[in-house]
Amino acid sequence: MPEPVASGPAASEPVAPGPALAVAGAEPPPAPAGGGPPRLLGGRIPMARLREFALVPAIVAVAVAGWIVDPVFVQRQNLINILQTMSEIALLVLAQALVLIVRKMDLSLESTMGLAPGVAAWLTVSEAGQGLDLLPGAFAVPVTLAVGVAIGLVNALLIVRFGLSGFIVTLGMLIMLRGTLTGISGGQTFFQLPRSMSYLGTTQWLGLPVSVWLCLTLFAVGIAVLGYTSFGRSLYAIGGNEDAARAAGIRTHRTVAVVLVVAGLLAALGGLLLSGRLGSVAAAQGDGAIFTVFAAAVIGGVSLSGGRGSLFGAFTGILLLFMIQNVLTLGGVPAEWIDALNGSIILLALVMSRITTGKAQD
Amino acid sequence: MENARTGGTGPSAEAPPAVRAVGVTRRYGSTVALDRAGISVAAGETHALVGRNGAGKSTLVSILTGLVRPDEGEISFHGRPAPRLADREAWRGRVACVYQKSTVIPGLTVAENLFPHRQPTNRLGLVDWRALRRRARALLDEWGVAADVRALAGELTVEQRQFVEIARALSGGARLIVLDEPTAQLDAAAIGRLFARIRELRERGVTFLFISHHLQEVYDLCDTVTVFRDARHVLTAPVAEVPKHELVAAMTGEEVAAPTGHLRERSGGPPADARPVLTVDRLGLADRYTGLSFTVRAGEIVGLAGAASSGRIEVAETLSGLRAADVGTIEVNGRRPRPGDVPAALAAGVGFVPEDRHRQGLVPDMTIADNATLTVPDRLGPRGLIDVRQRDALAREMIGQLAIKTPGPGLPVSGLSGGNQQKVVMARALANRPRLLVLINPTAGVDVRSKDFLLGKAEEVAAEGTGVLIASDELDDLALCDRVLVMFRGRLVAEFTAGWTDNELVTAMEGVHVNA
Repeated sequence: MPEPVASGPAASEPVAPGPALAVAGAEPPPAPAGGGPPRLLGGRIPMARLREFALVPAIVAVAVAGWIVDPVFVQRQNLINILQTMSEIALLVLAQALVLIVRKMDLSLESTMGLAPGVAAWLTVSEAGQGLDLLPGAFAVPVTLAVGVAIGLVNALLIVRFGLSGFIVTLGMLIMLRGTLTGISGGQTFFQLPRSMSYLGTTQWLGLPVSVWLCLTLFAVGIAVLGYTSFGRSLYAIGGNEDAARAAGIRTHRTVAVVLVVAGLLAALGGLLLSGRLGSVAAAQGDGAIFTVFAAAVIGGVSLSGGRGSLFGAFTGILLLFMIQNVLTLGGVPAEWIDALNGSIILLALVMSRITTGKAQD
Repeated sequence: MENARTGGTGPSAEAPPAVRAVGVTRRYGSTVALDRAGISVAAGETHALVGRNGAGKSTLVSILTGLVRPDEGEISFHGRPAPRLADREAWRGRVACVYQKSTVIPGLTVAENLFPHRQPTNRLGLVDWRALRRRARALLDEWGVAADVRALAGELTVEQRQFVEIARALSGGARLIVLDEPTAQLDAAAIGRLFARIRELRERGVTFLFISHHLQEVYDLCDTVTVFRDARHVLTAPVAEVPKHELVAAMTGEEVAAPTGHLRERSGGPPADARPVLTVDRLGLADRYTGLSFTVRAGEIVGLAGAASSGRIEVAETLSGLRAADVGTIEVNGRRPRPGDVPAALAAGVGFVPEDRHRQGLVPDMTIADNATLTVPDRLGPRGLIDVRQRDALAREMIGQLAIKTPGPGLPVSGLSGGNQQKVVMARALANRPRLLVLINPTAGVDVRSKDFLLGKAEEVAAEGTGVLIASDELDDLALCDRVLVMFRGRLVAEFTAGWTDNELVTAMEGVHVNA
């Protein structure tokens, strides 16, 4: 090859001088990025924040569409109705988002939603209401929450302590807990629930159902914990890189166990709200809810591969799904078709969020 | 040295170069990854490509292997223009890259990995396993690779895996192979075998483009060296004509004194009566190490040298609480932290830089501020709450102290270069104001300037009275130590105090003189 390697910084810089000369003639290195011109990377911070709000335009658009379809949509009573019906499942979304952020999954939440109030009803309801009448009604709420905690502890024991796959463990739990509810209820529905069980699902505070207050409060608490406590940051650290979190002194096992227990507790609370609103616990309570829960979390930007996503995003995810459902009902779509449309909407929402966030989902 | 720069003086004087890139520019948004850069690799030579992180090496490799299209510039192979990007088969026939990270499919056998999508089939159109294995074995034999074709690729050692990847590249017809930091995960003996194999293949006409941070390897192995700096080509010359300090100078753009000088001249060291901050007594862990006793005094820098498999990494991880020893005791600063408990070790005053920043050091999606303060939740606000301003102030302080190049503490750590990422890991270790700083391979995969900076930081911390333990096999890391303990197969076999030679140290690390 007769030609020299002609690739110097500029044509004027000769290609032939010795290395020492090349060094002497080189320009100084560029200034550190700190004071330099805006960089591509510098733009990533606001982008990350924006992603949390990715669904807000969609929510506004659906609201406008709903108003056009039927002005009833924007009436106070309808909006409260949407919030109340979503509040129970929203607690499951909150629970699932926390679990997903630490890079685990909990499929059993939907069964917990049924079994926890189911056990409480079984123990407190009179025989006329299909129960055993063993405990006074005042025990119903503590029993519900205790069952949720107990389920979370079993999940944590199997997943964290024995190192089993979270997906399979909670799938097994999903089936077993559902079967347990069917077993204790004989496939029947518990009714004539004690007053304490129906209080949360039926009472209003300041014109809003208690369940809506609870749901909004818990999301607000969750957002604060994730953003402004070291416990919350450690969830992202564990989900993002568990080995690094452990090497940094985070007690990863304990933290994941706490998250699983909290998830069980939230699912039990969601079940309590639902049972209270309906005044009964059906053997199938919560059945199939887990699909909506996952869809809402993922649409809301929570990554299935851990360490990414926000509770605000998860909240907008479930809100969007319920608003669309409400609009469809108002628009007179036959009930038999709602599920098919729901599935399509979930897919559509995923495509939309893929486009707006520009990131492949996994 | 006037003629040293003309890339055409090597074996390529008559034949066109195996690959030639001219005036290649590639931008990513506003970042210019390559700026009118070029390289010419003569057929049959082993050509080194060196440069600091961010110099544009990775981008050039992506362009040379057809993964990325240059915005401007020409690529040619043996004088003919490069194929279209979509024509993967044609690219595979010209060039292949063995990356630092494994690209074998761990769940498939070696034979299947050698012929992906090219399995021989029988008359029914099903995979003919016997023919597949026969062809795989023939291929490995041809290139002298010792590996069982029926073994699962995931069970190979790093060394075998690299040889399999090289064989796979050769089977695709490529006679130009890019090796991206192939020695990073190998111990000295394996590196020797890799180099012997590369020389053998070179004799058979295979051309190599060799990327490495270890300059000594460039001198040991390569014919020609090309230096990139700040997205540009700086220098191409026969290796024999570039002294080591000039090569470093070309990479950094600064005049650097002869490299053996400034780091070794550690003035002072700890005072003779300094109290020990670490006392290890008869420590043992099954199959890893046994019977270890040593101390590190306040202000002292102690090297823990040995090959990757010597047990030094496990010892360092035990000190940090990531592992628990079976027998023996560890006393840090007069306390005995609960074994196998990282928070307890942190509380006792241990700062820790883990072996691999990607695996154990960083949470890539989290910000610099979050990463750097992971070890010190109690310094961020009361009762586990985080005061964002306090956190960012702390992070800014660390960014300043460690000269991390970033627009601010809110940037995800994945956006930083390797050297700056390692500084964040170091910041995380120092955030705790440790009395004992444990560093494993603290300068692995970082550029020359960051390396000097990180080692300088270790000296600075020691000067303030912290004991430093550096578990490494990198001579530059060990050069600043007051003492070096050498491990071989789980035992301490030698101890050197100031004035050792590199040869002595390397000999002890390779276990040639086992005379403990």
